Amino acid sequence: MASSTLVSASAEIPPTPLPGGGAWSRLRRRPGFLIAAFVAALMSAMAAVPQAFAGWFGAGDPRACDLVRSAQPPTAGHPFGFDVQGCDLYSTVVYGTRSSVVVAVLATAGMLVIAVVLGSLAGYHRGWADAVIGRVMDVFFGFPALVGMIVILQTLSVRNEVTVAAVLVLFGWPPLARVMRGSVLAVAGSEYVAAARGVGARTGRVLLRHVLPNSFGPVAVLTGLNIGLVISSESALTFLGVGLRTPAISWGVQLNTAQQYFTTAPHLLIFPSLFLSVTVLGFVLLGDALRDAFDPRTR
Amino acid sequence: MGPYVLRRVLMAIPVLLGTTFVIYLAVYALPGDPIQALAGPNQVISPSVAQALRERFHLDQPLVVQYGLYLRGLLGGDLGTSFTGRPVTEIIAASWPVTAQLGGTAWIIMAVAGVALGVVAAVRRGAADAAVLFGTTLALGVPFFVVAYVTQIVFGVQLGWLPVSGVEAGWPLAYILPGLVLALSGLPQVARLTRTSVLDGLAADHVETAVAKGLTGTAVLFRHVVRNSLIPVVSLLGVSLGYLLGGTVLVEGIFNLPGLGYQIYTAIPQHDGPVVVGIGTMLVLVFLSVNLLVDLLYGVLDPRIRLG
Repeated sequence: MASSTLVSASAEIPPTPLPGGGAWSRLRRRPGFLIAAFVAALMSAMAAVPQAFAGWFGAGDPRACDLVRSAQPPTAGHPFGFDVQGCDLYSTVVYGTRSSVVVAVLATAGMLVIAVVLGSLAGYHRGWADAVIGRVMDVFFGFPALVGMIVILQTLSVRNEVTVAAVLVLFGWPPLARVMRGSVLAVAGSEYVAAARGVGARTGRVLLRHVLPNSFGPVAVLTGLNIGLVISSESALTFLGVGLRTPAISWGVQLNTAQQYFTTAPHLLIFPSLFLSVTVLGFVLLGDALRDAFDPRTR
Repeated sequence: MGPYVLRRVLMAIPVLLGTTFVIYLAVYALPGDPIQALAGPNQVISPSVAQALRERFHLDQPLVVQYGLYLRGLLGGDLGTSFTGRPVTEIIAASWPVTAQLGGTAWIIMAVAGVALGVVAAVRRGAADAAVLFGTTLALGVPFFVVAYVTQIVFGVQLGWLPVSGVEAGWPLAYILPGLVLALSGLPQVARLTRTSVLDGLAADHVETAVAKGLTGTAVLFRHVVRNSLIPVVSLLGVSLGYLLGGTVLVEGIFNLPGLGYQIYTAIPQHDGPVVVGIGTMLVLVFLSVNLLVDLLYGVLDPRIRLG
């Protein structure tokens, strides 16, 4: 036990995985970071408890619709106007946050799991595992991902948050796995790992106790960026008609409907795209700030 | 160089086989009957006709046999026949120019504007730098189909400057808006990489020497800074060409341009497997060749890099 604490205290940790004082103070100095963190937190809160936000202007139920008011522009009490079904657009847009964030969190979690497992396999064991995983990644890198996602989503009979996230994972893991492989490769060559192996620790223990905690940083830092990109992809797929479908309340579905009415009722297009853009921007900026603060190469 | 190219080509073969097989598997696992889709929903087809069509397209064979037959055709340059009877090579020949013009336009906009913005941001610093950073972040964050609709509404419908759909207006008019939208998907990365790279270049010792021996600012900038700094940018520009081709599916759909992406997109709901697989194979082939070309070009631009 003494040897393991000794080796993990070694100063050979390549990229800083934990927010040390330096990274945090660098983060706080960036003006974009606080705004981005606020937007990301607000959108996550909206996804978790939409009912707390939807009722701010009086009409809180996205399913309480009145066809008479179909596609009417904004009025008092309904700041975003009404959608084609005559539902309050503000509350539907607020509720739409949930499916975007749920897909993004599910997909990012899935990509992280695959990236960590395959990345450490390839980076730690090298040899044939590395070769096979490398070729599989090449297949996905050499693939027009959008085309692949459209084809597979068309074949699925059930398209909900889980299946859409699964398809996004299928095509989205390779870049993360490549980063993970690189950092495992760097950590596996360091002295404390050799020391751990030297005192007789089994492979599983070396991986879990020494390699993974020290190599997870660079991938973890990409999470924010990835969430932003996944939200953007999900809305694009849904917008194309191969993602989530109508009983689901989602920005992609709203934008898909809005495109037929964009000359007569532009508010149908404006408000969902505004929420979508601000959310994606928030997560991308947050990811950018985190990467800049933690990535030693960009300092 | 020779052995390197050979090895890269050999390495591309399993990738090509893997990707085509994945597309093949996905397309032919599609639920629904392509022959029924061909006849139209709720149409009655006589069993003998359906059987004849199935045999003609080898749909009665196991999937692996179908894939083998497909590969054999592919080696001879035959991509099969669409279920509508048109050879896939003919469809590709007809729609390829649209995609090439769209991709080319977008690529040129991306390269020129990206490099220019990056150089200006690095040299001017201050407000210009902040503006470029802000703009590229915005372009990175706003989903590009939203940008597509905004540009369609503003420049197409309200100002009436440019056509919003179709290719009747020809190049360049019909391709400016879609090209711009497609370019925006890669422009931020190009501008940022150029900026970082030029900043590094400005700090180099040989640049200090050039300034010290009395060269003018522009001569230093273009001959000693930008030329060296463009090496990583060229690599990114090459790789982006492949991604631009993938993005054409979305842009061609929104702007109604009858290119490869549009063909693939309309073929999927019709279960027209040969078209999806054929065009998918084409796109992968182009993507792989572009990447190989870029790596070779990299060695030419930067003599320090030895390919081997």
